[in-house]
Amino acid sequence: MVLPEWLAEPGLNHFLVVSAVLFSLGLLAVITRRNIIMVLMGIELILNSANLNFVAFSRYGLLSLEGHMIALFVIIIAAAEAAVALAIVLNIYNRFGTVDIEQISELKE
Amino acid sequence: MDLSAVAFYVFSILIIGSAAVMVFAKNIIHSAFALMFTLAGLALMYALLFAGFVAVTQLLVYVGGILVLILFGVMLTTRGYFEKVKTRTVNLLPSTIFVAIIGVLLIAVFTTTEWSTMPLEDGEVTMTGLGELLLTDFMLPFQVAGVLLLLAIIGAVLMASSARPPHQPPQAEQPDHPDEDPKNIS
Repeated sequence: MVLPEWLAEPGLNHFLVVSAVLFSLGLLAVITRRNIIMVLMGIELILNSANLNFVAFSRYGLLSLEGHMIALFVIIIAAAEAAVALAIVLNIYNRFGTVDIEQISELKE
Repeated sequence: MDLSAVAFYVFSILIIGSAAVMVFAKNIIHSAFALMFTLAGLALMYALLFAGFVAVTQLLVYVGGILVLILFGVMLTTRGYFEKVKTRTVNLLPSTIFVAIIGVLLIAVFTTTEWSTMPLEDGEVTMTGLGELLLTDFMLPFQVAGVLLLLAIIGAVLMASSARPPHQPPQAEQPDHPDEDPKNIS
């Protein structure tokens, strides 16, 4: 089986394309879904796509182990963000009785 | 086509496929489990990129921690049975077009830029280098990250434990500082 060379050997661009698709899907989740927790999952997806970029650049590019470090710090901040965001979501649910974003519009009126 | 190329394509199909399932699934529980496959596939991808420690941290923190947290959030914010948890989706067509434009632009920029790459060498064990970096160059961010985690945990506990019990309508008059009212802390 003969494959073209750009297909047979995954390089930096392949990982970047995967990460771009992942970012788009995360953005789509943030825009279209109306459940707060789905929006949070979309944000996690976006953060993960950024992480994949960092690690790919540290493998192929000039960013050596610093890329791994930045990815680790992104993971740490994502964990903190998830904990605080879930606490906020629980408070919103207790106050409004719903987690639908469009019904939580008290400040808008 | 060697083994790492095959692994790359299998992992990327796993990641993108389950991410698509996550975005488009109607049931939020299905979305959460699809997110689990995406995160695990990303950990495999990091392992493919010789980032072993990041891969293990991804598994521990994301799959073991954040995903369980999200499932708890789903569980605590739904009434009735899980099988019926449906979420709304709005503006699907225009936002799909918008996101597709952004994705195509990103891919175009990524593939047309001449990245300065190094000649590829074999991966080595990264643990030693990471540990040394963490205690020399990244000392301050390391400590700040610890303080940040502590603050986040304290804040999350305070916010979650001073909430009213669920299914109660909001009271008509709120005290000015509900957090300082000892009766509100359950």
